[in-house]
Amino acid sequence: MRIAGRKISGGTIAVYLTVIVVTIIMLLPFAWMLSASLKLDRDVFAFPIEWIPSHPRWQNYVDIWTKIPLALFIYNTSKLTIIVTVLQLLTSSFAAYAFAKLHFPYKNTLFLGYIATIAMPWQVYMVPQFLLMREFGLNNTHLALICLQAFTAFGVFLMRQFYMSIPNELCEAARIDGMNEYQIWAKIMLPLSKPALSTLTIFTFVTTWNDFLGPMIYLTKTELKTIQIGLRMFISQYSAEYGLIMAASVVALIPVLIVFLSLQRFFVEGVASSGLKG
Amino acid sequence: MTLAHPALSDNQTAGIKPKRKVRVVSKRRRKVENALIAYSFIAPNFLGFAVFTLGPILFAFALAFMHWDGSNPITFAGLDNFWRLFQDKSFIDAFWNTIIYTVVSVPATLICALGLAILLNQKIFGRDFFRTALFFPYVASLVAVAVVWNMIFNPEMGLVNMVLYTIGIAPENLPGWAADRHWAMVTVILFGIWKSMGYYMVIYLAGLQGINSELYEAAGLDGANAWQKFIHVTVPQLAPTTFFVTVMLTIQSFKVFDQVYMITQGGPGTSTLVLVYHIYNEAFISWDLGYSSMIALVLFLLVLTLTVIQFRRQRED
Repeated sequence: MRIAGRKISGGTIAVYLTVIVVTIIMLLPFAWMLSASLKLDRDVFAFPIEWIPSHPRWQNYVDIWTKIPLALFIYNTSKLTIIVTVLQLLTSSFAAYAFAKLHFPYKNTLFLGYIATIAMPWQVYMVPQFLLMREFGLNNTHLALICLQAFTAFGVFLMRQFYMSIPNELCEAARIDGMNEYQIWAKIMLPLSKPALSTLTIFTFVTTWNDFLGPMIYLTKTELKTIQIGLRMFISQYSAEYGLIMAASVVALIPVLIVFLSLQRFFVEGVASSGLKG
Repeated sequence: MTLAHPALSDNQTAGIKPKRKVRVVSKRRRKVENALIAYSFIAPNFLGFAVFTLGPILFAFALAFMHWDGSNPITFAGLDNFWRLFQDKSFIDAFWNTIIYTVVSVPATLICALGLAILLNQKIFGRDFFRTALFFPYVASLVAVAVVWNMIFNPEMGLVNMVLYTIGIAPENLPGWAADRHWAMVTVILFGIWKSMGYYMVIYLAGLQGINSELYEAAGLDGANAWQKFIHVTVPQLAPTTFFVTVMLTIQSFKVFDQVYMITQGGPGTSTLVLVYHIYNEAFISWDLGYSSMIALVLFLLVLTLTVIQFRRQRED
């Protein structure tokens, strides 16, 4: 077969067909969500589906802001996510620099402490962690969630793997030029580690934004709730208002979509270079 | 730093000796200084990590051998909590459900991810778009997509059953999905695969890009067809990636909770009750903190054993 003067083999067509079909199936729930968010409740389940509603009901996107404190939930979640992500990036890359480029006593022991907990499911120690936070009086505060999400072994490990791939000579040269370690970290390592930082940003942002069990355990006051548990609360309160639920869901997805799309080109590079491939 | 010339230092021994002493002290001092600088790099992260992760982990292990409801004094329980596991029917159900979830979803996700990665590793038009689109479910908010999933898989009105009905499946044979004890686990597993496949695809893509293309050329010269190239070049070259993916997937499946909570709430009956769900119930519903920690300890030992086994097998290969 020839298309635009090029010979196209049957294999290529099969590849395209498979990829397109799989992508459509994978994106179908999102299309359904978007379409349902613009419908009246009674039309949501109409079959065959009207994918593009002939009378889009934009009112759903107006109503959600008054039915639940959606703006407050988004504010809470953004606040938590930004603080956690910034703390995570700073402290992880800071600690990772020492593990990758400096020599000091007990380096391996300390690093082993981190490694040993990477495979540890959070659920194993969520109960004692909760008791500890309660002891500190951090129950029903955002600080509790910040504390438990900002200092992960994963972040240190990921950054350290990346720094290991940066030649030591670069640091040596900077030391001879009279830079101290803090300057080397800030002026040489940070600018070079963009792919790893982007990967960590995506991971942290997405995990914190989408976290469910953590906020569910720690935050019981409505004014503190995050978008995920707020959305869940909304769903159980208005379980039959499908159009509104879908509109709120679309709103909850948008920030993640933006961060992901703006950083995704670093992602494959980041996963590959941080040695996660084994 | 000044470098002493060897010839000079021999001649001027008397003059240099005290100087050397000063340098030894300053060297030790510099070592201490260097260590302090290094610790100052680590401290911000390590303090938080030690207090909020390491400490609770140790406490969790201790708590498994205690009785505690969170307010009355703690009492020592010995192995009480351990023996209780064997009489707890919910625990046994949760244990097997977690195993079933893992045994089905790990290979299924792995195969889908690898297949997609191979397709998208070729030079096809719009490759970046497809990669991004397939990865997106992984980052999408779970609550939002789970509610869509519930609506699409609604037994009476959902899109999936409507389509199945249209292609000729009798209404009484249509699956009840989350509402049916035989189909509930299937629904949760399908959701898990859909949600995480894209992430492992990206890891496999990174692995595929690390394979030396000369290996394929050599195999081609030897007359290997596409399938033979896949079996004899791609699979062995991807072994480290597959290892990483398997370990990650196994850990993730043992930790499964959120999607179960949102799609089936562990039901109907105990048909989708998984270990973490049971931990959650025992801790935050029954406030039986010692027992919930014991279940957590079992979960940890399971994950640890499987990870060690996988590491062993990896080393043998």
